[in-house]
Amino acid sequence: MVKLSVSDLQIRYGGATALEGVSFDIQEHEIFGIIGPANAGKTSFLKAVNRMDMFDPDMRVDGKIVFNDVDVSKIRNVYGLRRRIGVVFPLPVGLPLSIYDNVALSPRLNGQKKKAELDIIVERCLTRAALWDEVKDRLDSLGSLLSGGQQQRLTIARALSQDPELLMLDEFSIAVDPVTTMRIEDVLKELRKEVTIILVTNLVQQARRLADRTAFFLEGQCVEVGMTEDLFTGEVKDQRTRDYVEGRFG
Amino acid sequence: MFESTELNRRNETRQKLFRIGLGTMTGILILPVVLIMSTLIYKGAPVISFEFLFTGPTKGMTAGGIFPALLGTILLVVVALLASVPLGIAAAIYLSEYASDNWFTRAINLAIINLAGVPSIVHALFGVGAFVIFFKFGTSILAASLTLAIMTLPVVIVATRESLQAVPMAFREACWNMGATRWQTIRRVVLPNAVTGILTGVILEVSRTSGETAPIMFTGAAFFLPLLPQGVLDQTMALSLHLFVVSTQVPNMPEQLPFGVALVLISMVLLMNSLSIALRMYLRGKKKW
Ligand SMILES: Nc1ncnc2c1ncn2[C@@H]1O[C@H](COP(=O)(O)OP(=O)(O)OP(=O)(O)O)[C@@H](O)[C@H]1O
Ligand SMILES: [Mg+2]
Repeated sequence: MVKLSVSDLQIRYGGATALEGVSFDIQEHEIFGIIGPANAGKTSFLKAVNRMDMFDPDMRVDGKIVFNDVDVSKIRNVYGLRRRIGVVFPLPVGLPLSIYDNVALSPRLNGQKKKAELDIIVERCLTRAALWDEVKDRLDSLGSLLSGGQQQRLTIARALSQDPELLMLDEFSIAVDPVTTMRIEDVLKELRKEVTIILVTNLVQQARRLADRTAFFLEGQCVEVGMTEDLFTGEVKDQRTRDYVEGRFG
Repeated sequence: MFESTELNRRNETRQKLFRIGLGTMTGILILPVVLIMSTLIYKGAPVISFEFLFTGPTKGMTAGGIFPALLGTILLVVVALLASVPLGIAAAIYLSEYASDNWFTRAINLAIINLAGVPSIVHALFGVGAFVIFFKFGTSILAASLTLAIMTLPVVIVATRESLQAVPMAFREACWNMGATRWQTIRRVVLPNAVTGILTGVILEVSRTSGETAPIMFTGAAFFLPLLPQGVLDQTMALSLHLFVVSTQVPNMPEQLPFGVALVLISMVLLMNSLSIALRMYLRGKKKW
């Protein structure tokens, strides 16, 4: 089943085009990688999916993004849309709340008040984000005072607490050490059974390890979409893709 | 390797000179404060007693205490706060969190800045026209307090808006991404983290309000009243006006008495200010990011 379908997407900021002519489908339960150098438009793409353009008067999105067979630009309850989509940013954002409250925030926003239920959600999400063991004895201390890597895992736990159907990770490993990165990657492999994942990464090898299919963005264009292995074994349509994955770029 | 060059030495001398210069300026700056405070304490302290604080003036105000004025000032401030704080905070939240950046918002912001610059005597006249006459509150605590409220509204709005804007944008975005509405985001994340600044603004307002004379003179404060006010539509005495009266309007005034009144007034303001500083330090200790 197609989870997210993008056709002829164009994103502009003021007059400048950040992304154009992007079309592809993302299947349910797949990990879809997006690679590409800086300014390729990767983050802008994620923002468009989540309708975050609403908060940026400069940002204009044209074309079509269809999530669960619904055109997102026509959704009036954008809050419902965003609740189904978990996002993890490059730099971790531990909200200035306790660790517990960070993870319990989304269920609470959704009306969950029962402590027992919240306890279960918090423990499950922190465990999945590989953070539970480190924080289980100090759930009341501030989330924003954790180390960068811990905060990133807290952000992931928070995204999971939304019980999302689609999880979008934007270069999540920038602030995380390699060991933790590996642990989170294992978590993602587990998660794919339940959720669809879009993984934006600047580590080409990370896409190779995780993604079923990968798109290569370059300077506002989607140069190539294909099976991840093909990108690495040279079965590419575009020379620029090969250059990029082999690190011969710029 | 580390010996200082000619340039290093010159920079160091220069930095020393500036340090001394700037320090001296600061010293000159606090001199008036020290002088005022010491004079007030020296001359005013002997007057202050339990009777002085808690009884009314007698013998044409040349004797007795200041209770009606003290109570009046507190009443004026409290009613003014009740009006300006909810209004100011609401306006600031709207301006900082909801309003988009267009000519209308900019006009409002400009108006707020200008409101802060309006002389208090003009506020007083506005208060007479609006509250005393138009709304028919008469010269009363209500009219005087509302005048004070309007006058101090910009302080509350600006302090609140600044502290809301000091909360990093990333926090809001993280919440929005989770599907929180703007209001949920404000309630759960933005406001709790802006509360320090808001409180500081409010307390600053209190200390400003309690010292004002012009805006209350024509709108609700009286020179002398034999009775305490019974409600917000009564007139009241006030410390600031009382100070003006006892220092300039009454013959045969004992020399110490005005200093006593001034000392009480300034102590009130200083008390509020130190409360504000203490609160800020306490909350900053709990700063969350
Ligand atoms: N809020 C914004 N306002 C104006 N221009 C923007 C904004 N956000 C991004 N852009 C522009 O859009 C283009 C694409 O940016 P985007 O952040 O999507 O790139 P990216 O692929 O995520 O890069 P990186 O790998 O550095 O994160 C850039 O040229 C950038 O300057
Ligand atoms: Mg990016």
